[in-house]
Parts: sequence; structure tokens; C-alpha cells
Amino acid sequence: MDKTVLLIEDEPNIIEAISFILMRDGWRVATHSNGVDAVGAVATRRPDLVILDVMLPGRSGYDILRDLRAAEETAELPVLMLTARGQTRDREMAEQLGASRFMAKPFSNAEMLEAVNDLVRS
Amino acid sequence: MASLNLLIFVSLIYVAFLFAVAFGAERAALRGQGSWLRSPLVYTLSLSIYCTAWTFYGAVGYAARSGMEYLTIYLGPSLVMIGWFWAVRKMVRIGRSQNITSIADLISSRYGKSTLLGVLVTVLAVVGTTPYIALQLQSVTLAVAAFSQADVTMRPLGDQNSTALWVAAGLAFFTVLFGTRNLDANERHHGVVMAVAVEAVVKLFALVAVGVFVVWGIGGGVGATLERIDASPLGTWSVAPDRWLALTALSAAALLCLPRMFQVMVVENEEERHLRTASWAFPLYLMAMSLFVVPIAVVGLDLMPAGENPDLFVLSLPLAEGRSGLALLSFLGGFSSATSMVIVASIALSTMVSNHIVMPIWLSRQAGGAMVSGDVRSVVLLSRRLSIVGVLLLGYFYYRVSGGSTALAAIGLISFSGVAQFLPALLGGIFWRGANRIGALAGLLIGGGVWLWCLFLPSFGPGVILSAETMADGPFGVGWLRPYALFGIAGLDPLVHGVFWSLLLNTTALVGLSLFTFPTPMERLQGAQFVNVFDHTAGARGWSGGMAQSEDLMIMAQRILGAAEAQEMFRRAALAQGLEGYLPEPTADFLQMLERDLAGSVGAATAHAMIGQITGGANISVEDLMAVADETAQIMEHSSQLEAKSAELARTARQLRAANEKLTLLSVQKDAFLSQISHELRTPMTSIRAFSEILRESGDLDVTTRTKYSGIIHEEAERLTRLLDDLLDLSVLENAQVRLTLAEVRLRAILDRAVAATGASGRLRLVRRGAEEMVLNTDMDRLSQVFINLISNAQKYCDAESPELTISAREMDGLLIVDFVDNGTGIAPDSQALIFEKFSRIGHQQAGGAGLGLAICREIMARLGGSITYLPGQQGAGFRVTLPMHGAMAAQ
Repeated sequence: MDKTVLLIEDEPNIIEAISFILMRDGWRVATHSNGVDAVGAVATRRPDLVILDVMLPGRSGYDILRDLRAAEETAELPVLMLTARGQTRDREMAEQLGASRFMAKPFSNAEMLEAVNDLVRS
Repeated sequence: MASLNLLIFVSLIYVAFLFAVAFGAERAALRGQGSWLRSPLVYTLSLSIYCTAWTFYGAVGYAARSGMEYLTIYLGPSLVMIGWFWAVRKMVRIGRSQNITSIADLISSRYGKSTLLGVLVTVLAVVGTTPYIALQLQSVTLAVAAFSQADVTMRPLGDQNSTALWVAAGLAFFTVLFGTRNLDANERHHGVVMAVAVEAVVKLFALVAVGVFVVWGIGGGVGATLERIDASPLGTWSVAPDRWLALTALSAAALLCLPRMFQVMVVENEEERHLRTASWAFPLYLMAMSLFVVPIAVVGLDLMPAGENPDLFVLSLPLAEGRSGLALLSFLGGFSSATSMVIVASIALSTMVSNHIVMPIWLSRQAGGAMVSGDVRSVVLLSRRLSIVGVLLLGYFYYRVSGGSTALAAIGLISFSGVAQFLPALLGGIFWRGANRIGALAGLLIGGGVWLWCLFLPSFGPGVILSAETMADGPFGVGWLRPYALFGIAGLDPLVHGVFWSLLLNTTALVGLSLFTFPTPMERLQGAQFVNVFDHTAGARGWSGGMAQSEDLMIMAQRILGAAEAQEMFRRAALAQGLEGYLPEPTADFLQMLERDLAGSVGAATAHAMIGQITGGANISVEDLMAVADETAQIMEHSSQLEAKSAELARTARQLRAANEKLTLLSVQKDAFLSQISHELRTPMTSIRAFSEILRESGDLDVTTRTKYSGIIHEEAERLTRLLDDLLDLSVLENAQVRLTLAEVRLRAILDRAVAATGASGRLRLVRRGAEEMVLNTDMDRLSQVFINLISNAQKYCDAESPELTISAREMDGLLIVDFVDNGTGIAPDSQALIFEKFSRIGHQQAGGAGLGLAICREIMARLGGSITYLPGQQGAGFRVTLPMHGAMAAQ
């Protein structure tokens, strides 16, 4: 498979968990943990998939998603949004901005694997 | 025989006694005990600094030289106190309502807070008072010399100058010690006033004792003494009516205008009703002082060898009769007269010099104005201390230059006529709304100039400053400018001539120019305030609010008034506006009150300038606004009721606005609350779920990884527990279900525990000071929870290079106050109202707390009957924990 995923998340323990799950599944995992220069990190690393947390230090995940969709190169890039606030308003907001998929914390590991594999397959 | 050593010994004991009196009075006032300090008797006695060494020694000399004329010196003030009581009362009322610090301040403040007028009055006062101070030094030196002549065992003192220098230095020390202890004019100099009152008693007693000795001891009783008086040239009533009138008017004016009289009469006045007592008691005192002057003079002229200085009869008569004890007492009386005058005069002058000359210069040299760093308070105190020393040095040098030759009374009269130049501006200012700044300036300049030319400069004697030719023919031969015959009118007594012309031209300039020029709006408003002081003691309107930053004002006020006083004043003002915390809205009323308070410390003009710099309104914009307001000023004066109502409305509106703002913010927060709780709970749960699934599903993990992952699960579970604990704690506290375990604990123990619990080894340096030995009756666990929170907040959020947290405890008004102030950047004003709400975190979750800490602290303090507030205007973030002291006891 050998695909690359860029994980943008600020909680160290959650980074460790997701990295472990995905690497065991054969993914190459890159991580980035602040909002300010996240868009730049996507541009330099050119991943096949981005996992993006909503509440990041410095800049909101929504703003980052808006920028990614606005740029030509990343307009079609699969983005999986993660949020710890499981309210419908957050989900609507994510869909409106063009998130490929939305997932509330906490999630099951199987759920996570299924979501990322779906996103790169389609 | 009285020995010089004994004299010096007794003087030193007496001085030590005065120090003790002043010190005791200060202590008593500080403890709030000295109600006897504030009695009308002490006030009246302090007024008696009018009677200086000139009166003590000089009056006798005066009577010996010029007969009954000496009585004018007592007559003038008595007439003012009795007949012009209402004018004096008006001056005192104005002084109190406007926080006036000196006569220069009064005149400057009345004429639109003019700096120039303040400087002019100050300079004239210093020039006019310096000879008078020299006179006091001279009297002490002469008295010591008289003793040393009588003391056959001693060589005559070679150097009288050294005596004068020692006396001047001692007085400077005393005055600096008790005269510059505190800054605000409201906090009066209890120690000095008490010492002056004691000296007043001593000098009266001494003079009466000498009088009794002369009449009954030497003169042979009342009848014999009266015969002796009839036989002497003094008995023939020869008084020049013009001199009599001029001198009475002059001494009356002096009572109102002398800086030292203004100091004791207006500035140190404790209650207005004291004036009522003084209006009859002070004339009585003066009468008692003048009672024995003529007998002493007549007997002295009879008994003493011709050529003996009549100024010293009070001392030399008992010495010649071998009554050394009485002579010692008489010396102490003269010493008291001289020292009390010098002390009060130098306090008054130093206040003027510091407020009207030094501070304006210092302020204008500070580019940033009042906002520069550094403590203005210490600058003011230093400048006052230096001014005191300067004034005394000036007096000493005048004494050296003038050679101490002129008769005492002559110097005194020249001083009187100098300060009498303030009279037109003073009376015009408090009785005539039309008087304006240009008129006052011109009057003072012309009057002061004429006085300098006709009285002051000639007083050094012909050939010293003015040459004999100038005296005889006028400068450069211009005849109508002769100092003793202005405009060619010769033949008048020089003193009458000088007083007549200087006051006539002074008054004419004031009235004429006031009629033909227009006052600025500021002058008009101040004029109305002063002239109609009894109608409304409300204060000048002058500031338009909204522009000023309350926090900046607070920083400035703390520097001038001191931190605790300023905070208390701001808190009260905020409370009066219906706001909580320490920052009132900068309304016109508040700014005006602040200005008046500051004026008590640094003078009206300076306070006005300082607030002007901060409110951003340069004088121009304020005056522009006031020009508009001026039209309506008249109507406003009559509609104060309407104003009160609109003030009430504005207050309510402000309260509503504040409440509304808070509600809006709170509703936004309520929305955020659920999603916050959700976030705080779900984040640790995510890790727990993910790692527990990993552990369950993959049996092939090595031991290290396994241990690590279960460690994470444990850690996150703890985080969850902590959050739930906090939430629970808060909800219990909010619903008042909490049970307090009250016990008596020492504050130090609680703080020690909090410091230990936060792991004091961190980067944060702790500074602890203050009354930590206080014993409290409180819930130790809960209180230390609050302290722990504040300390760990400083550990987390203080962003200084080397973070430092100062914990200071003290007691104020029955409250225990513990301040936690760090040296970071503090909290922005718009966030200060929110930090005590739940889940409010400044910045973005950088430090990992859930944002419940301060909310919990607030609830705990409310349960303990105290409060926790943000303390603005500190160097960094400041929190104030307040607990009522009832139930708390001072350490035994």
C-alpha cells in the first residue's frame, strides 16, 4: 500500500494512538501539532490523506480546511475531520467547508481504519 | 550666675522635649487616638506663631523706640479675627473644599490653575519671608550672646555665626523629620502643630513671668509702675495717624497673607468650627502677649545703662537683676517664638516651592508626562526636603549678609508689606467673580516691583544695593523714581510711602485689567467656585470623561497617593458608580474628585496637568469643551437638583449596561460551556479507548510498549477524575452545600502549605512579606486551595524572563488582605471581568487546565465570607484575596 497520512493533532497521547494504529496497518504517518503553519505542512509533505483536528493551538481546523479547499493542489485532497465536540453544528460546519469525512472523539480503532481506507480507495 | 553651659544644656533638654511632643502627637494621630489633638484650643495656640521672636523681644524694643505704635501689630490681626471673621471663614472653607496646600496654590487655583501665578507668588513669598527667618536666627544668637556676656566664667563667644548655623541646621532637621512625613494636605502635620502649640504656651508663660517680675519685683506694684510709665517719654501719646493706620492695615493683611499663617489657619485647620473659638481666643492671646510690653520697656529704659539694646530687655532685665532662672525661662520663650515660626514658615514655603516650581519643571522634563516610570511620591518628598533646607540656608545667608544690624521691628515690617501684596489678588479672588488672571498677574508684578524698589532693596541700607545717589536723586537722576518719594511726593514716612504706592498700584492694576480683559472659561468656573463657596461646595467641573484610561489614572494615583490609599479611593468611586472592582468609569465627576485629591499632594496646577496628560485631552480640548459648556454654566448652577436626578439615571443606566454586557458574555459562555465540557471529557476518553483497544487486540506487544500504553491510560483516567472532581466541587460550592471546617490557623501556616503543595522548586521565585502572623478562624483546606490555585496560575501563566510572585498580607479596615502579584504581562482589561467565569482560559489551552480554578476560588471565597478580585494597575497579574477579620485575631 505505502500511502502517507498527515496527522494534524495537538494531544500527544492521541497522536501516539492514531500513529500506532495506522502504522500497524501499513501507513506512513507524518504528524504536525499546531494550527498556525498546518497549511504549509500539507503543501510540503504532500500526503495522500489528512487527518485534521478541529481544536488546534493557534488556528482552528475549520480555517485550515477552508484554505486547503481554496488552493488548487489540495482542493480534492481527502480530509478526515476529528472533533471532541460532538454537536451537530460542528458536523454541519465541517460538511459545509468540504470535509471528506467527520468523526467524533472517542472513536473505535476499527472505525478509524475503515474511514481512512475508504477515503483513499474512492 | 547663669552659665552658658547651663543655658545650652537646658535648651537641648527643651528641644528633646519638643521632639518627644511632636513624635507622641504623630503616633497618637496615627493610631487614631488623638482627639485632643483636634481641639479648638490647639488650633488657637497654633495660630500664635503670629507672635514670633519679633513680638517676644522686638515689641519691647519697639515700644522703647516708638511708644504705643507697637500695639498696631496686635490690633490688626485682632480686628480681622473679630470683625472679619466671615472672610477668614470663607478662606478656610475654600481651602478645605479645594484641597488647597498654600497661599500660592489658592491664588493659582482661583485664577484658572495658573502655573505662572503660582511661581510668582512663591518667589515673592520666599523673598518676603527670608528676612523674617534671618530675624529669628538673629534673635536666638543675640540672646545667646547676652547670656555669654553675663557669664563671667566664659570667654565671650567669638563666632555668633556658628550659633546661627547650628540653630538653622537643627531647625531644618526637625522640620524635615516632622514636616515631610506625609504628602497629602488632608493628612495634617499633627506633630508640628502640637509642638507649636506647646511652644505657644511656653512663650506666653515666659513673657508674663518676666512682666510680673518687672511690675511687682522691680517696679513696686501696679501703682508705682503706672507712675513710672507716666513719667517716661512713653507716657506721652505721640502717634502719627498715617503710620498708625498703615501699620494696623499691614498687620491685618499679614494675618491673611503670611504663608505660615495660611499654613496653620487654613491648611492645618481640622474643623471649621475651631475658627469660631479662635475668633475670640486668639485676640485674647494677643492681648496677654502685649500686656507687659510697656512696663518692661519703661523699667528697662530706667534701669539699664544707655546704649543697651532695648530689643533684649526681656532677657537682660532679669539677668541684670541676677534672676538667672527667670532669664533662662525668658530665653526659652524667645527660643520658642523663633523656632515655631521658622518651622511652620519653612514647611509652608517648601510646599510652595516644591509644588509650584520644582514639580512643574520636573514634569515638563519628563517627556512622557505623568506616565513615566518611577515614584512621583518620592520625588515630591525629596523636593520638599530640599526646599526646606534651601529656605533655611537662604535665611542664614541673609543673616550673614545683612550683618544682623537692623532693628528687629524694621525687618518684620518689610516682610509684612511684601506678603501684603497678595492681598488684592486674594480678596479679589474670593469676593469678586470678575477678577481675572491677567489682572492678578499685573497687580502682583507691579505691587511686588514697587515693594522691591521702595522697601526691600533700601532695607539693606544706603550703598549696599542701592547707592546713596540713587536714594537721593533717583536712578540715573530720574527724580520721580526716588525710592522714598515716588512721583515726586516726598515727606511721607518711607514705610507708609512704600505700602501706600505698592498696594494702590497693585489694586488698580488688578481691577483695571480685570475689567478690560476677558477671563478664560476655566477662570470663570473657578471664580464661581471660590466666590460662591458657601452656596455649593461641589467642586469645579472640568473634565470630559470617556477619554481617560482608568488603569493609567490608577497607576499615576498609586505613585502619588500611595498604593493602598489609591486603591481604596478607586474602589469607593467604582462602588459609588455601582460597579465592582477597582476601575470606575472615568466620568467627569470622578476625574474631578481625583484631581482634587491629587491637588492635596502636588498642588492644583500640577494635578490638573497630570490628569490632562493622561486623559489625552490637552488643555486646549478641555477648554474648548468648556467654552461650549460655559454658556450653560449659569443655568447649571441653578439646576443642581435636575443634575442629581440625571446623575442617578446615568448611574442606573451604567449599572444596566454593565449587567447587560455581562449577561451577553455569559450567554455566549453558557453555549460554550456544553461544548467545553464535551471537549474536556472526550479528549482523555479518546486516548483511553484507543489504547485499551490496542492492548486488548494485539497480544504481540513487547513489555515496554505495554507498560507505556497502560501508563497513558492511567494518566488520562486521572485527568478525567480531576476534571470531574473540579466540576463536582464547583457545583457543590455553587449550591451552597459545602460544609466548612472552621479552626484557628495562622496565615503563615496556610501559605506554607500552599507553597509546599505547588512544589516551590519551580522556576517561579516567591517573595513573601507582611502580616503573616495573623491568626484566622477559617477553613484551612479551602483557603489553601485558593492560595494553591493562585500560585500555580502564576507558575503556568507568568511570562516574565525570571518569573516572580509577591505575596503580601496586611490588615486594613478590619479586613485581612492578601495580594498575589506577579511580574508578567498581566491580564488585558477586557478579559479581567471574565477570568472568574467557568472555562475561561486566557490564551488557548496552552497550560492544560480546564479553566475552572478561578471560578472555584471565587466560590470558596464567597463561602468563607470574603472575596477574590483582580487587582489592576500592578506590574503584572494581581489578585487580591480579602477576608473579614471578625473571627480573626491578631497574634498574641
